[in-house]
Amino acid sequence: MYKQGIYTVLENAPLTASVRRMRLGGDTQWIVRPGQFVNIALAGKFLRRPISVCDYDAESITLIYKVVGEGTAQLAGMLPGERLDLLTGLGNGFSTDNDARRPLLVGGGVGVPPLYNLAKTLLAKGLPVQVVLGFNTAAEVFYAEEFRALGCGVTVATADGTCGVKGFVTHALPDLDFDYFYACGPLPMLRALAAATVCDGQLSFEERMGCGFGACMGCSCKTLTGHKRICKEGPVMNKGEILW
Amino acid sequence: MIDTSVVLSGLRLDNPVIPASGTFGYGQEFRDFYDLDILGSFSFKGTTREPRFGNPTPRIAECREGMINAVGLQNPGIEHVIAEELPRLREFFHKPVIANISGFSVEEYAYCCERIDRQEQVGLIEVNVSCPNVRHGGMSFGTSPEAAAEVTRAVKAVTTKPVYIKLSPNVTDIVAIARACEEAGADGLCLVNTLLGMRIDVARRKPVIANTMGGFSGPAIFPVAVRMVYQVARACRVPVIGCGGVQSARDVIEMMMAGATAVEVGAANLVNPYACKEIVEALPAEMERLGIEKLEDIIGIVE
Repeated sequence: MYKQGIYTVLENAPLTASVRRMRLGGDTQWIVRPGQFVNIALAGKFLRRPISVCDYDAESITLIYKVVGEGTAQLAGMLPGERLDLLTGLGNGFSTDNDARRPLLVGGGVGVPPLYNLAKTLLAKGLPVQVVLGFNTAAEVFYAEEFRALGCGVTVATADGTCGVKGFVTHALPDLDFDYFYACGPLPMLRALAAATVCDGQLSFEERMGCGFGACMGCSCKTLTGHKRICKEGPVMNKGEILW
Repeated sequence: MIDTSVVLSGLRLDNPVIPASGTFGYGQEFRDFYDLDILGSFSFKGTTREPRFGNPTPRIAECREGMINAVGLQNPGIEHVIAEELPRLREFFHKPVIANISGFSVEEYAYCCERIDRQEQVGLIEVNVSCPNVRHGGMSFGTSPEAAAEVTRAVKAVTTKPVYIKLSPNVTDIVAIARACEEAGADGLCLVNTLLGMRIDVARRKPVIANTMGGFSGPAIFPVAVRMVYQVARACRVPVIGCGGVQSARDVIEMMMAGATAVEVGAANLVNPYACKEIVEALPAEMERLGIEKLEDIIGIVE
């Protein structure tokens, strides 16, 4: 179920030079799983902007977004107290309804945020949670401390080696013991991760969207289980159904 | 007493507001948002004989006052629509629906229209000869008067319900094509489909859309649509459904004054899922403001 609503900016602050965290107050009842997203209407922009939900509680939503274009730059300029029109409850999100005992969460860049609420959900089930966070360089690292504060084991990988393991997230895998994984990040990372793991997992994909709620067929992809809309049957897919 | 009803070839609609094909799926995605029975009707996703995946992604590009799509007629195929989508639709939509049919040959158009014509829920058939996003089909039938007339004749020969031809604006003389369809027996016309457009990602020096070009829609095209509806409505006797960039009750009225009997709303549904509901609800007050009692009275009122 998804709904439209008006939300108030509570906080909108930088985490790194280009990544910001926005907290919005409003009705969160339509968000039911980690890994879902919201679609934000911006004044003067025709299409909404889809952003994954980092975290939510009874009355607020936390979004982490990267300023990549005009729309996100506009979002970055919003001040506490300003209002935004959102569609919430979009996408299938991650399913934690499985037998995994040692889950690994792997995030790359702005693929990291949706793993935060997922980590909370898994920890609440009493599972130990390990997290691998991949970035280009030390200055781009965010949320490593927040995951540690939840009680997760955290490994950071940077492509240039300026923080943590040198290389990609897959370079951190040999030292970790896991029986299932959840991932969100750029397509090459997801592809490499699926190839480097023997266990099953869920991966969250990104695509340019029109509506975000399944009407326009703008974000379709082919899978082993048929045609899927990233916004509706996705963004999360099981490793076994993905056509790389 | 304000009267918003209109008649399309014997089919009476409570109001002229119709979500346009390709922006409303088969209704499912909107049922959580509002009661679809408030609509005049809706035009379902362009359907072909075989299931189609459509074009590679990205299929969508943002534009000032609009968007480009190059979906490429993704649909589950006519048999799936008849077996699965129409029965599901019956649960939450209780009015005659508009069946949008597309194809890659005259035979395919005729086959699909004949199949859909037999479905009780279908009130009107909209033949899409104007999809800009597929090769050797769609728009290639809608850019020549002869080809458009040939499709019209073939469909009319095998159907009993009103047949409306959805026309492309990507032509030199839309009136010539509209007249050819009318002479071939079309019961009505729907215009316009999207305008062929393109965006370039200047940082990557590549088209934004994988298919390079796509159909441009949204409020930016509204004046083009009004102009073409005006030209066609003056030149033809059959009813015209106006389509292109409609966002408000006032736009609906403007389109009707240009000559439209009913009005389709497309891209607006994708950014505001309540767009059609808001238009339907705003229509009576807007009519009152403009001194219109009976909406049918203003069709083509502009000289």
